[in-house]
Amino acid sequence: MDYFVNVTLTGLTQGMIYSAFALALVLIWRSTRIVNFAQGSMAAATTFIALALIQAGQSYWVALVVALASGFVLGAIVERVIIRPVEGGPELNAVIVTLGLFVAIQASIAIIFGSSFQSFPTPFGVRGLEIGDSTIPLTPTSIYVIGSVLLVMALLVALFRFTRVGLAMRASAFSQEVARLLGVKVGGMLTLGWGLAAVVGSLSGLLIAGGTFVWPAYMDALIVFGFVAAIIGGLDSPVGAIVGGLILGLALSYVSGYAPRGSALVNISALVILIVVLLVRPGGLFSSATARRA
Amino acid sequence: MPETHGSTALSATGGTGTATRLLEVEGLTSAYGPVRALDGVTLAAETGRITAVLGANGAGKTTLLRTISGLVRPVSGRVVLDGEDITKAPVESMVAKGMAHVPEGRGVIAELTVDENLRVGSLFRGKVDRSEFDRVYDLFPRIAERRNNAAHTLSGGERQMLVIGRALLAKPRILLLDEPSLGLAPRIVAQIFGLLRQLVDSEGLSVLLVEQNARSALSVADVGVVLNLGKVVVTDSASTLMADEDLRHAYLGF
Repeated sequence: MDYFVNVTLTGLTQGMIYSAFALALVLIWRSTRIVNFAQGSMAAATTFIALALIQAGQSYWVALVVALASGFVLGAIVERVIIRPVEGGPELNAVIVTLGLFVAIQASIAIIFGSSFQSFPTPFGVRGLEIGDSTIPLTPTSIYVIGSVLLVMALLVALFRFTRVGLAMRASAFSQEVARLLGVKVGGMLTLGWGLAAVVGSLSGLLIAGGTFVWPAYMDALIVFGFVAAIIGGLDSPVGAIVGGLILGLALSYVSGYAPRGSALVNISALVILIVVLLVRPGGLFSSATARRA
Repeated sequence: MPETHGSTALSATGGTGTATRLLEVEGLTSAYGPVRALDGVTLAAETGRITAVLGANGAGKTTLLRTISGLVRPVSGRVVLDGEDITKAPVESMVAKGMAHVPEGRGVIAELTVDENLRVGSLFRGKVDRSEFDRVYDLFPRIAERRNNAAHTLSGGERQMLVIGRALLAKPRILLLDEPSLGLAPRIVAQIFGLLRQLVDSEGLSVLLVEQNARSALSVADVGVVLNLGKVVVTDSASTLMADEDLRHAYLGF
């Protein structure tokens, strides 16, 4: 029983990270109809910024804040400088540009920070909480991971639901032309959207790095799982991204915890889940029947 | 419609009274590649009047409105709003200058609720008193009932009411409407046109309307401009155009 709970909690924790990464993809897809293949290496870049700060003696928390802030700046710059010229053009152009950016950022990380494995600290222990005599397999690290992703999601929901900027961002995402005719500065909203998405992506990179090793390509596995989670959810739905991430995290954790030689099956399981979901619901679990109408 | 409409509007044919010309379009030419959708169009919309631009499908009506609001950049010509040349002004700035454009296909933001659609329309003004929203809901009780529903659940007529209400929240001096009657039942068209007339008469709003449904448009408009293949064929008072049987048969299809 303890083992089951342990595997489940591991799955939820990993799933939350996939959710965050998937959410970053969905935010960008919704607003600009671009799949940002560079999301992973952008997150890796900010994680290395955090690592450099920590190695220079700063606390984890200072490094975290600076990394998230630099994620925002990076996302905004990427949209304004690199994506803006291909927005509205043939879809393949944007795909190629983000793929190129993925490679370019990854290479830049290797040039600036080196390509060796470096350990990344975690602010909390990974030992289970002790209550009385028994240990429950809920570690402070997993509480931190789940809590921080939930907090960021709650802040995003509050931004989109309750603020004027959030409303302007949603209007711009759903209908750029109408939003412009209503006086919304759509360009600024898209830049802001890319910045926020990069913050969420950076958070997933920092969380997955915690307590383990980073190298320029350390995000590659998470990129695959994040994409699968986003597509399971429907790519257009923030809720879908979160649920997709949790489903994937749990499923992969059970596979690796219970199946014989399970850890070798994790990657293939992710693809099997993806294929099954797409066979049953080609638009993803949370795709709505409502077509976009201007 | 009262007889007085149109009888004093003949200055639009090229008369002298420029003081009342709120929106002026001079020699506007717009092209999609080699195709000239607008070819040297000159017309004016006067303060406190409804100007209807009529013509068949492909006459350039939608391109005219899109060029005026900056969605399409003209090859040549000028757009002047109340003396200010706005030909090169950004689309986003038009509404703050007093021009609200309701695009073809109505332009509701389907994923947002009715109330959110209205709020987007007033965002650029900063804080807007709730009573202004109530006024829009009073004008259109049917959308008031559905204020928390997603806009994609609205009927065509309700969508038209929503986008007109949303445009009014921008407090425009001139409203550009692209085919407001499209796909609506005649009763709803009459209701919406009647309301426009009322807003123009009581609040000094000005309207530039493009319509394929010439009969309905002329029944409410003061001035009519007939467009054919991107060129202005004739500009005259709505009542004169209505009476010109040859013109109606040739260009307006009724």
